[in-house]
Amino acid sequence: MIRVVLPAHLRGLAHVAGEVELEIKGPATQRSVVDALEASYPMLRGTIRDHVTQQRRPFLRFFACEEDLSHESPDAPLPDAVVSGKEPLLIVGAIAGG
Amino acid sequence: MSGVRVLVGTRKGAFILTSDGKRERWEVSGPHFAGWEMYHLKGSPADPNRLYASQCSGWFGQIIQRSDDGGKTWTQPGTPPGERTTPEGAPKGESNKFVYDTSSETGKALTTHQFYDGTQHPWEFKRVWHLEPSLSDPDTVYAGVEDAALFRSKDGGKSWQELSGLRGHGTGPKWQPGAGGMCLHTIVLDPSNPQRMFVAISAAGAFRTDDAGKTWRPINRGLKSQYIPDPEAEVGHCVHRIAMHRSRPGVLFMQKHWDVMRSDNAGDLWQEISGNLPTDFGFVVDVHAHEPETVYVVPIKSDGEHFPPDGKLRVYRSRSGGNEWEALTKGLPQRDCYVNVLRDAMAVDSLDECGVYFGTTGGQVYCSPDAGDNWAPIVRDLPAVLSVEVQTLP
Repeated sequence: MIRVVLPAHLRGLAHVAGEVELEIKGPATQRSVVDALEASYPMLRGTIRDHVTQQRRPFLRFFACEEDLSHESPDAPLPDAVVSGKEPLLIVGAIAGG
Repeated sequence: MSGVRVLVGTRKGAFILTSDGKRERWEVSGPHFAGWEMYHLKGSPADPNRLYASQCSGWFGQIIQRSDDGGKTWTQPGTPPGERTTPEGAPKGESNKFVYDTSSETGKALTTHQFYDGTQHPWEFKRVWHLEPSLSDPDTVYAGVEDAALFRSKDGGKSWQELSGLRGHGTGPKWQPGAGGMCLHTIVLDPSNPQRMFVAISAAGAFRTDDAGKTWRPINRGLKSQYIPDPEAEVGHCVHRIAMHRSRPGVLFMQKHWDVMRSDNAGDLWQEISGNLPTDFGFVVDVHAHEPETVYVVPIKSDGEHFPPDGKLRVYRSRSGGNEWEALTKGLPQRDCYVNVLRDAMAVDSLDECGVYFGTTGGQVYCSPDAGDNWAPIVRDLPAVLSVEVQTLP
């Protein structure tokens, strides 16, 4: 079970209060986690990565285990602690004012 | 007794203001979508309980919201929260998918437009500025977007298709962004002719279709813009807003960057009607619900100083279709006022005594229940107001 922490605005869109827990079939990667997240919460499609290019939106970052994973390959395995559910994958909005 | 519902989009959420026909006491609902930029909300003329809203964010992109109960509840069209299936199958989550049409059958090559520095720049979708529901079908709605293009949904906002004849008709490489971006911000539907509609783009100008959006032509003859190389160019004009009275769809009023203009032939030719205005820069223009020659603008000092002249917030009304304007000041601040009124932030109701409404970047929404003679704030302290629309309810 993968734990995902969403930014507050996306929790509002998805109508969830806390962390999201996802079952991942196959290797746990950024891509497979976001695929599973969008399958469970289709209202989030287009908000984390572009509908067409599937690129991460520029003001969003992926953190886990005190590391910035944003520039890892989307198909790179996530850290073991994330895969085991010990640590969450954090989807974080860049602090850019507003 | 009939009443009004005022839909207000702000920098940090949406608000719904309701009153009876007297328009003295108001109920305020909101913030809806707190923290999000709400560029525009508008109700369907065919079903007043059907509302569409453009919600966006620099972080999370564009969201379309729809209400089927007059704003009490909202959903992203086609994606009910918590439901894995809908009558049409699994939710696709595509109500926020705005993709420029590049198909060989219906689309045009995704050309470039002029950027701020004069170089060519590719089209990139950023947000929906304006939603214009069909006059007759609650499920059909048009979206004016940045970078400038026109989209249409025929399924209540679940999916969107570009009307690519506009962006692709040939002058696209000469379009350029205004200070707010290169946006299609105005969509005016002709109530007497479903084939005809008008749009306006900053900074490209006004365009008209006479075949329901398949083909378009610029309608900018008579406009003069000193800030472009050829002041009378076919395109490149920074049109801020166009308004029409439904009883005379061939008569259009325009607030251009500078200049208030009028056309009596559906945009074929424009003439200036700025007359005695203290400044002819501004953003909004609207027409009285029952008097097609009564027009409203809010003069703003200049493009460099986006606030009213002399610190006095004044709506100007012409009862003669332009040129002769009177200042409307009762109830509006007449000293130390330095707010702006943005292009989508004025509207009128259609009660017997026409109400006029506008919102400011200072967070005030003003109402005049008597066609502009007297004004009072409905609310004073909202986030900066981006848009104001009014529904007149039975």
